[in-house]
Amino acid sequence: MGGESLSGLSRDLSVQGDRKGTATRVWKALAKRKPVLAIAAGIAIVAALVPMLVLADDPTATQAAGVAADTVWVIVAACFVMFMQAGFAMLEVGFSRMKNVGTVVAKVVTNLSVSSLAYWAVGFGFAFGAGGFFAFIGGSGFFPTFSPGSALDLPALSFSTVPASAKWFFEFVFCAVSLAIVWGTMLERTKFIVYILFGIPFAAFIYPLISHQLFGGGFLMATLGSQDFAGSTVVHLTGATAGLAGLLLLGPRIGKYEKGRPNAIPGHNMPLAQLGVLILWFGWFGFNPGSTLNATNLHFADVVVVTNLAAAAGAVAALATIYLITKTMDVGMIGNGAIAALVAITAPSGYVEPWAAIVIGAVAGVIVVGGVLALDKYLDDPVGALPAHGMAGIWGTLSCGLFTVPALAKFNGVGQGGLFYTGSFHQLGAQAIAVTASFVTVFMLSYALFWIIKKTVGLRVSAREEMDGLDISEHGMWGYPESFMPVPGGIYRPADMPTVNPHLSSDPVPGHTEVARA
Amino acid sequence: MKMVMAIIRHERLQEVQDVLDECGVSGVTVTEVKGCGAQRGYTEKYRGTAVHISLIPRLKIEAVMRAEIVKTVVDKMAVAARTGEVGDGKIFVIDIEDAVRIRTGEHGAETVQHGQRAMWGH
Repeated sequence: MGGESLSGLSRDLSVQGDRKGTATRVWKALAKRKPVLAIAAGIAIVAALVPMLVLADDPTATQAAGVAADTVWVIVAACFVMFMQAGFAMLEVGFSRMKNVGTVVAKVVTNLSVSSLAYWAVGFGFAFGAGGFFAFIGGSGFFPTFSPGSALDLPALSFSTVPASAKWFFEFVFCAVSLAIVWGTMLERTKFIVYILFGIPFAAFIYPLISHQLFGGGFLMATLGSQDFAGSTVVHLTGATAGLAGLLLLGPRIGKYEKGRPNAIPGHNMPLAQLGVLILWFGWFGFNPGSTLNATNLHFADVVVVTNLAAAAGAVAALATIYLITKTMDVGMIGNGAIAALVAITAPSGYVEPWAAIVIGAVAGVIVVGGVLALDKYLDDPVGALPAHGMAGIWGTLSCGLFTVPALAKFNGVGQGGLFYTGSFHQLGAQAIAVTASFVTVFMLSYALFWIIKKTVGLRVSAREEMDGLDISEHGMWGYPESFMPVPGGIYRPADMPTVNPHLSSDPVPGHTEVARA
Repeated sequence: MKMVMAIIRHERLQEVQDVLDECGVSGVTVTEVKGCGAQRGYTEKYRGTAVHISLIPRLKIEAVMRAEIVKTVVDKMAVAARTGEVGDGKIFVIDIEDAVRIRTGEHGAETVQHGQRAMWGH
């Protein structure tokens, strides 16, 4: 999140007093970039041009156009990130068995909803609001209103000119992604109520605590200079750490481990799982580039390129690694490689060069394959959330300490250059402290919360319910009714409705009575 | 009447249907089944873990016909369903007591033969 972006923007604007010059420059720069951003760019340009044409001689119009372009970009990027919920849903559905798919989509929609409410109520205030214990936690802006004229004091986000509502929505969808990551480790055996009981305090307090430290101007970011551009630690490591705490208290699925050895419990739909991967990949073009909270300085387009290169390198590296180990081109692992690389590039995406992105992504691809194979012996993590979001999140955050370009650290106003540019371990140390502090904090809070839930309402469904599947036992219906109910394409009468055969009375078949008599 | 019940490979279905049609058998029921035999299954790898699958997918063919033609049908089916690899399946012949055409109520061997080829699948 760029501390210097505002000054960069005003510099641009003062140098280019001519509005047409700015517009042309923005358009040319955007037109060259990724097609995936074409819509966003088009909308931004229209939004930017309209006030220019109307107010052609007003000196404030340029500024207003810049703010409009920034705001459109931030909202569009946030919508990309919101769509990642669909990616998580499809990924988890694909890696679950048919009897446990309805509950996944119900959970994703419910969690998105409860976290919306909790994050609006207090989460955003804890993460970004100005307050007395600011090095530790934010302390104002609870139950915010966003009508014109209302002011929220958000010190760490003041570099961006977009309105507080855009900042709120962008930060909220990150919170929702972090919460979605938690449950990847706990599929196919968790009580539905647990998602709500954990989701509310997670969105209200646990996530905002870490978000404040690395996005919101807390100690790690402001004093120590730890870099996390879009949340390898804040979003991904936080989610995976909570998932680890939950998994340790929850235990494996029935049948996963027998005589100390792991069994495979294959997911039911690889195309859906990989659709999830591609949706997440798409969503990441909002996740990282949107974290500039700024379109007019054009840095976001560089972030798109870096993000895509890392993902590509991760998928290729994971494919090569799993092939070398098992002589199989495992479908799921290729996707895991892309996700792990995207997680890893999240923290350094605003700080590194393309070549470094390829290295970071490729290493993440190797880490995730090794991680899945190693962890599977002890921990039942159906989608590989711990390696993909946890291990790769740690690697990505640390990689800032190696690969951050000094000029980009200065541009973003956080920390300094990495080991390979400066020869100094300072930034790597700052990154390691951020990872350790975040992991310990989230693990302790999440473990305590899951422990309380376990002792009161319980985390797991009964063994019978688990065998029957969560769809029928928790939700009273099937995710895929026609795979389980007796006649595909049929209708189903209420239990107390007598059977009706209209053909018997109104249209007797010739010869039928004779057959019956014989 | 006799019923031919055969387990065959998916990819031989059309040839087996052609044989039945050619011999005047009026209908056939095809079911997707799983089973094990001399072929002994195969190994799947899921996220690095090897899984042995003993049940292999096959098709089960059921067709009822006049007793006179059953020998011809079985011989031709055995040719049509054959690939020469282990796992080609088996053909069983079972006695059938009666057959009823539900729409009309008529009984007997007349209900299980047709005079003209149906050209299934062509």
